[in-house]
Amino acid sequence: MKRTGAAVDFGRRVLVLRAGRAASSRVGLRAAATCAVLLVAAVAVAVLALGSGEFTASPAEVLRALAGDGSRAVRLVVVEWRLPRVLLALLVGAAMGLAGAIFQALTRNPLGSPDVMGFSTGAYTGVLVCIVFVGRGYPQIATAAFIGGVVTAALVYLFARRGGVQGFRLIVVGIAVSAVLASLNQWFIIKVGLHTAITATVWSQGTLNGVGWDRVAPAAVTVGALGAALLALGPRLGLLELGDDAAAALGVRVEGIRLAYLGLGVALTAAATAVAGPISFVALAAPQLARRLARTAGIALAPSAAMGALLLITGDWVAQHAFAPTQLPVGVVTASLGGLYFVWLLLRQARRQP
Amino acid sequence: MSRPGPQVAPPVTSPAPTTAAAGDGSPQPRPRPATGLAATNARRFLWLAWAVAALGVCCLLSIVVGTRNLSLGTIWDAFAHYTGTADQSIVRDLRVPRTLLALLVGGALGIAGAVIQGVTRNPLADTQVLAINAGAGLFVAVAIALFGLSGITAYVWFAFAGAAAAMVLVYALAAVGRGALTPVRLLLAGVALGAVLDGASAGIRLLRPRAFDSLRFWDVGALTGRGFDVISAVAPFIVAGLALALFVARSLNTVALGEDLARSLGANIARTRAAAVLSVTLLAGAATAAVGPIGFVGLMVPHVARWIVGPDQRWIFAFTLVGGPVLLLAADITGRLVLRPGELQAGIVTAFVGAPVLIWLVRRRNASAL
Repeated sequence: MKRTGAAVDFGRRVLVLRAGRAASSRVGLRAAATCAVLLVAAVAVAVLALGSGEFTASPAEVLRALAGDGSRAVRLVVVEWRLPRVLLALLVGAAMGLAGAIFQALTRNPLGSPDVMGFSTGAYTGVLVCIVFVGRGYPQIATAAFIGGVVTAALVYLFARRGGVQGFRLIVVGIAVSAVLASLNQWFIIKVGLHTAITATVWSQGTLNGVGWDRVAPAAVTVGALGAALLALGPRLGLLELGDDAAAALGVRVEGIRLAYLGLGVALTAAATAVAGPISFVALAAPQLARRLARTAGIALAPSAAMGALLLITGDWVAQHAFAPTQLPVGVVTASLGGLYFVWLLLRQARRQP
Repeated sequence: MSRPGPQVAPPVTSPAPTTAAAGDGSPQPRPRPATGLAATNARRFLWLAWAVAALGVCCLLSIVVGTRNLSLGTIWDAFAHYTGTADQSIVRDLRVPRTLLALLVGGALGIAGAVIQGVTRNPLADTQVLAINAGAGLFVAVAIALFGLSGITAYVWFAFAGAAAAMVLVYALAAVGRGALTPVRLLLAGVALGAVLDGASAGIRLLRPRAFDSLRFWDVGALTGRGFDVISAVAPFIVAGLALALFVARSLNTVALGEDLARSLGANIARTRAAAVLSVTLLAGAATAAVGPIGFVGLMVPHVARWIVGPDQRWIFAFTLVGGPVLLLAADITGRLVLRPGELQAGIVTAFVGAPVLIWLVRRRNASAL
């Protein structure tokens, strides 16, 4: 077969995958390698996390337990108790990385993430309202968090809109709306009992404490389906990033496709929030870090997902063991570390402004 | 007029003579005519008189209104013929300290905001936006949760340290790298640092459930339940901070011209900035230690003042000193009325009023121009 691609210089080394004549795809070599390295790192941290805690197991023992043999005690701890948490950390991290990538590509702004738009604070308000007025069942809380988050993010976006959304205005409006909701949240916190207050606060930070196998299957199915839908949409996100006119000229039905991506981004955020609460800054940091590592032109989905998984599993491991025996919510770790990244990103952005 | 009224009057009128002297002695060429509703000094005095009258009304209302409304006669008796009835002790032990605290803290937060806005030449600056409240909050959480301190005299020093550290860090972060220190960069650095500090605060609270329980009432920003001990603990620092702020008000006028022009006019910019930072640290640290993080007072009041009196910092400071307590007292009284017999804390009311103001400011076209 003739290599037709050689005539075109893509500016990077690409791998052309072909399945017969019908389907073909180009994959940037560096992006693929980045994905592989990030995934290997994430799995390595996962194996470490499976083996550490009050009951320690060596990586070899962990791998044997995962393969189905090894002692019963090791299998019980590793597979029954720790594996669901680790799997969920990977899944939720990947979902957040994807959601962040979608939002940042759609707003064409590295700050266009659910965190900056007040999603977390709004989700917390939703949860508190739900706990006080409705009840504390898991489905109700997850639904309330989702509604609160989406309504808040939409409000911030609308208030910040004025002939296009500027990053700076988005941030300040986000602060203002979050400040109102945060004061409301604080009022709820002093109205409810101490135990409820602490539970709600832990949840509001985003936590993977106490998740079990019952949540793994729904999360895996949801995130898998959404990921497949993203794959089916193909490379159109990158085309949208070129601007509406250019994308339309290249044959993208801009409005419909944008709506589809928006729906997928919201659904991924919802899935992640339902499992673990509003974990901050992963969706903000993962796409940008991945883009810099993979050196892609725009936001790339697959490396963002791998980066999100790595960030969250690492953050969760730190949160579990840094202050043992107290387990912090993973959101505290991502807020502190991700916040430092946020500092750097903002300063970088501001430097470009006159 | 109620008793607390005259106590505020001296600091309010003190900047006025300097204003008059400067106006007579050196006719400064202005780049543009003084903008503002009040164009002449006589009208500004009239506005200031109205503001002081509003403050008096607020003080009186703050003593009268509550879960149990009191008559003016009861209030008079509480001071003149104290016999120890329940109503009289409500006046003396609850309402009066609360009103005094609002006067102190409102003035401190307002002036802190005015100083920051002046020294950074940034209309969006505020002790909350620049993470100064968050810094003080984090250090107080550390003091209570990790060192087991209790009582405001012990942790007020932590609040100062936190406020100062946050302010220095924000400034350093914004100054990193090439390019000028623009208002936008300063604000972004504040936002980002605030996120980090709040994350750390949440972590500390969750590590120590007992501290969480006491801190959740401090976090909300309330004037309730603070007695004369709190007032006497923070009053010296607030008074010192206010004096320092009024002292640098004139220099801030020069700073407003821009760094190069100010330097060529012979202003000592480094000294002005150092004094401003010290004053904001004292004011914001003491206010946060006393009542918890209350936002937006320092953002809104200087704006309203600038809108009325124009760009002269001395007039802005005079109005802010009266307007800050008016806003905080009004927020506190509103909070007592909306949820009777319960109450909404003052910090919540100021957030609900202040956030729309911030959104409106940032939606204006020239948001970063002062």
